[in-house]
Amino acid sequence: MHIHFLDPYQARSSPIHRLDARVKLVLALAFILTSALVPPGAWSVLILLLAGVWSAAVLAYLDPGYLIKRAFLALPFVLAALPLLLTVPGEAVLPFQIASFQGAVTGPGLERFISISLKSWISIQAAILLTATTSFPNLLQAMRAIRIPRLLVAVVGLMWRYLFVLADEALRLARAREARSSAGGLSRSRSGGTIGWRARVTGGMAGNLFVRSIERSDRIYLAMIARGYDGEIRGLPLRRMTGRQRAILAAGLGTLFLMMVLAALF
Amino acid sequence: MLPLQRNELTRMPEEIDHRDSTALEIESLSFHYPDGHAALQDISLRVRAGEKTALVGPNGAGKSTLLLHVNGILRGRGSVRICGEPLTNATLKRIRALVGLVFQSPDDQLFSPTVFDDVAYGPIYQGLPETEIDARVHQALAAVRMEGYAKRTSHHLSAGEKKRIAIATVLSMRPEILVLDEPTAGLDPRARRGLIRLLGELPQTILTATHDLAMVRDLFPRMVILDEGRLVADGPTADLLADGKLLEAHGLEQL
Amino acid sequence: MLAVRGLAMHIPDGFLSVLVSIFFWILSVLLISLVLRRVGSDLGERQVPLMGVLAAAIFAAQILNFTVVGGTSGHLLGAALAAILVGPWAAVVVLSCVVAVQALLFQDGGLLVLGANLFNMAIVSVAVAHMVYRSILKLSGGRRWGIFAGSFLAAWASIFLSALSAGLQLALSGTSPANIAIPTMGGIHALIGTGEGLITLGALAFLGSVRPDLLQTDPATSSGARAIWLGGLLISLVLAVVSPLASRYPDGLEWVAQQQGFLHLQREPLYRLVPEYLLPGIADRNLATVLAAVIGVAVLLGASWAAASSRRRGPQGMD
Repeated sequence: MHIHFLDPYQARSSPIHRLDARVKLVLALAFILTSALVPPGAWSVLILLLAGVWSAAVLAYLDPGYLIKRAFLALPFVLAALPLLLTVPGEAVLPFQIASFQGAVTGPGLERFISISLKSWISIQAAILLTATTSFPNLLQAMRAIRIPRLLVAVVGLMWRYLFVLADEALRLARAREARSSAGGLSRSRSGGTIGWRARVTGGMAGNLFVRSIERSDRIYLAMIARGYDGEIRGLPLRRMTGRQRAILAAGLGTLFLMMVLAALF
Repeated sequence: MLPLQRNELTRMPEEIDHRDSTALEIESLSFHYPDGHAALQDISLRVRAGEKTALVGPNGAGKSTLLLHVNGILRGRGSVRICGEPLTNATLKRIRALVGLVFQSPDDQLFSPTVFDDVAYGPIYQGLPETEIDARVHQALAAVRMEGYAKRTSHHLSAGEKKRIAIATVLSMRPEILVLDEPTAGLDPRARRGLIRLLGELPQTILTATHDLAMVRDLFPRMVILDEGRLVADGPTADLLADGKLLEAHGLEQL
Repeated sequence: MLAVRGLAMHIPDGFLSVLVSIFFWILSVLLISLVLRRVGSDLGERQVPLMGVLAAAIFAAQILNFTVVGGTSGHLLGAALAAILVGPWAAVVVLSCVVAVQALLFQDGGLLVLGANLFNMAIVSVAVAHMVYRSILKLSGGRRWGIFAGSFLAAWASIFLSALSAGLQLALSGTSPANIAIPTMGGIHALIGTGEGLITLGALAFLGSVRPDLLQTDPATSSGARAIWLGGLLISLVLAVVSPLASRYPDGLEWVAQQQGFLHLQREPLYRLVPEYLLPGIADRNLATVLAAVIGVAVLLGASWAAASSRRRGPQGMD
């Protein structure tokens, strides 16, 4: 069984997919930065940013609903900002009473809370769009281009390559555990056994996975030196970006800058 | 069967010169593991250029260990010469370009993000210019009949496809000798047949460790039997395969 | 989707102020650069495949989880396990790659705030785990109980202290008041940390029987690991002292921030002082919002039309 859902790339032949990965990566990062710099309450800019992401999704032949769905899965953190509703000073908008506790949701508090949630939601969609339209090998090249150290890029590359292999192994171990625990029957009464037992079994699987990884890395190393690896991380030089790609990058950055200026006026 | 594609990789311009020369010469090779266990004992073997030799024997006989000595991953007592060049610390890099070692598990050998990256790996470390690397990758993929797979990720390939790509990753280095560890292990009958056909087309000197005696009979005119680290037989495959007692004595089954 | 996790430390974009984000980006980049320089000296040539596959293993191991109490699932960060197995330098690199790819590919944690997340989950966690493990190992003189107690406590501490660090970042950003963020993060992760501790312990017990050579019980630390040990100690002390302090004063950190003047910077960007009259008519917020909505819809419609027509025109499908 292959774990395909670990790879968020959705292959299409859209204009966005055809964009250089470097352009997409930089624009995505700039977009998130822009979103972060927008002051609370500048709803108009946030709407524009949201429209921007959804437009890009449409241009990428993707359903914006895909972005929205995946984005919600990543947002339980919103709870962390909940207290802001009550603590930011300002005029009370929604007074309430729970038992003997009297509090009120303030206007500024509401504004900040919604701002944070909205900005986060928009940023996540931009990131989702980036990975849906850019294959991982291309993302690796883009990372090299923005000067991330070669060692890190090499490690990430290997990690991604063996992620699927090891995830398969992990699933097999988990399924074997399932089979054992139901067949064994000794822990049925306690819904899966004591915490200690469960921890040891899970820990054992993790340990198993780690040992196999270390042993596999030894074999990979042998394969590398058999092909001439000498400790230096080498790769082919990056292709130069075409004028058209550069223009798109400049246009994108320019638009985002304009949005920031617009936000500043509020 | 499709006609063989003659390209740079399947043509060996030096063929005439090497016809009588020795591709691999191992003399009195012995190797002990750190725990003292003797893996190889006094092995001597001479393989001529273009010769196809199979290494057989029971598990633990030392077949894989011997293969790892051919490109210097393991170093034992005794001498190893590749195309006349002795294996020393100084010549390691050159030797590894001459010997293309294909490991048993292709997953361990395909470690780059894309097929192209993997096949280009060897040439990159040989310090070749970009255009040359590009050419070699495409020639190697053509030689194993996997053109069009350059941008794929190895994870999504079948076992047979991975094996071919693994062979391509060493072919791109233009080795003189191909060394393969259990090439048909884990392949379904169709993939196995395809691989055997492919191996038959390659003109390099080939040394393989295998349990697949049917493949040995079809493809390898010379057979060497290894048992408990010792070389116990070395001769024409047909003769050795006919010797039932010999085979049985060393954990092999007669076909 | 895979991301059913009990670990609540991956901060998303938008939850940390830009200032805090940038500060921790700079800090993390500096520290990771230092680590990159040292990592080769321990592992040598095998470092790339070893770290790569180990990172994949940690990622995969996060699929394995189990219920600790009720709905909370115990779930592995892996910092302690990595630090114990391959040393602190490699562990920092490994965890950095895991956290970064989680953010990039699965939006587990934001990209602008990645610097802060890296600091918590790849640097603080490893440094603390290393310090605790080595200390207890030394205390026990390398005996078995030291390995087990050390691994459990190292793992627990790595989770607990990174959570405190995250709480502090949230408080500094004004996203969550200090007296709520820190105790909550601390409290939740004190619980989750026991899961991490138990799994790490279980893993080491397994390794102890199958590959004891992988557990270096020799307390003689590798090159420069002493620096990490000290760093871990320093971080722990700082967090241990500052957190309860901050929690006691609800607006303590904001008060401090205000005194220093940078809260002002944070909430009210300097460029807000641009006079309103530059764009008469657009100055009215509500009008601007409506206008933006209209523009937005227009852009969307335009994009859809462009996409639809290009699809009809261009080649179909891919690969």
